[in-house]
Amino acid sequence: MARITHGIGCSHIPVLGYAHDHGKDGDDYFKPAFAGFDWTREWIMAPESRPDVVILVYNDHASAFDMKVIPTFAIGCGERYTPADEGFGPRPVPVVEGHPDLAWHIAQSLVLDEFDTTIINEMEVDHGLTVPLTMMFGDVDKWPVKVIPLAVNVVTYPPPSGNRCWALGEAISRAVSSFPEDLKVQIWGTGGMSHQLQGPRAGLINKEWDNRFLDGLTGEGQDLRHIPHIEYLRETGSEGIEMVMWLIMRGALGKSTRALHRHYHVPVSNTALGHIVLEPVDPTVPPSRTLEGSNPNA
Amino acid sequence: MREATDIASYLADLEDIPGTQVFTAQRARQGYHLNQCAMSLMKPENRERFKADEQAYIDEWPMSEEQKQALLARDYNRLLNLGGNIYFLAKVFSTDGISVVQGVSTMTGMSVEEYQAMMMAGGRSPVGQRSIRENN
Repeated sequence: MARITHGIGCSHIPVLGYAHDHGKDGDDYFKPAFAGFDWTREWIMAPESRPDVVILVYNDHASAFDMKVIPTFAIGCGERYTPADEGFGPRPVPVVEGHPDLAWHIAQSLVLDEFDTTIINEMEVDHGLTVPLTMMFGDVDKWPVKVIPLAVNVVTYPPPSGNRCWALGEAISRAVSSFPEDLKVQIWGTGGMSHQLQGPRAGLINKEWDNRFLDGLTGEGQDLRHIPHIEYLRETGSEGIEMVMWLIMRGALGKSTRALHRHYHVPVSNTALGHIVLEPVDPTVPPSRTLEGSNPNA
Repeated sequence: MREATDIASYLADLEDIPGTQVFTAQRARQGYHLNQCAMSLMKPENRERFKADEQAYIDEWPMSEEQKQALLARDYNRLLNLGGNIYFLAKVFSTDGISVVQGVSTMTGMSVEEYQAMMMAGGRSPVGQRSIRENN
């Protein structure tokens, strides 16, 4: 049976991709940002922790999706995804290989579990997806894992609530654990932490809030699922709302978690950088509210 | 079951943050063609055509005259007011060959150097910048 072994939270700041691609990751400015991933890069390739598949939760930044169609949750079921040209030409990183069998299984399972996700068969992927891969795997000729992209709308309001994201994570956990093949699956929640890229308030950073959020991801607490959008906006900047995507990851890890590694750094470009590696402590798969009627939070 | 969210009060809160234009449905509707025009700059051939004659390129899109003027002037705060979204407008930064930090700093009333110095010092504090109503 497939199982979710770990969750990773990680910012997906575009300039980190640029720094890596141009050999600047050892520069004084970027070194502290990259150094926080050294532990993870070693850990993730160890035989006992290396995943077969990563479900990578991210938001598209007006690359694959424009304003014509705005899916709240969309899952990539394709064979492969090429890096997008975001205005400077595509990043020189490998093509991302999908896992269509598992992705279609998750898509079907989610719909039957009353999460009506959009299915994507063809798209290009931007820095939201490729920067986390670079941060975890560095310079490679081929990504060492298959990737299932899970795109979330956090641009056009309203984005999904944190509570809905957490419940989606629980549904993903149920879907993965019902897939018959023996696969180690990780789920990554990317984006954030505090940042604001627009208006006279641009440049907002809230270290205290970000660190409370990182604290809240560990253990059994479910407080994070009830944070309203307005609190993310007021406290962490307009783009801090991306942190709801971390709650899909956290929800998929079940009742309780422990942190294996944690890193926080300010600034990278306009942004706070957050990174955490989580392990489920009690990996019991949460019951479906649809089938069991026993999850009042969903 | 949870109670339904009061959408009027949800939307009112989104307008209560100093110096911030949340990309609400109202702005998404107003800025549709502006954002699609910015999006078209993802293609190298469109970037070339835009750079060769900005006015002619912009005139191909059914935008308001105000939106066209603000785009030509690179007045990003005005563009946000008129329905522009930062992820779409960032295509204009890259067409102009400027970084996101350079583009973003133009909205703050600070020079690029002042803005970068603020970020290096830990960024802008939320204190006093959370709510217009509460002034906190």
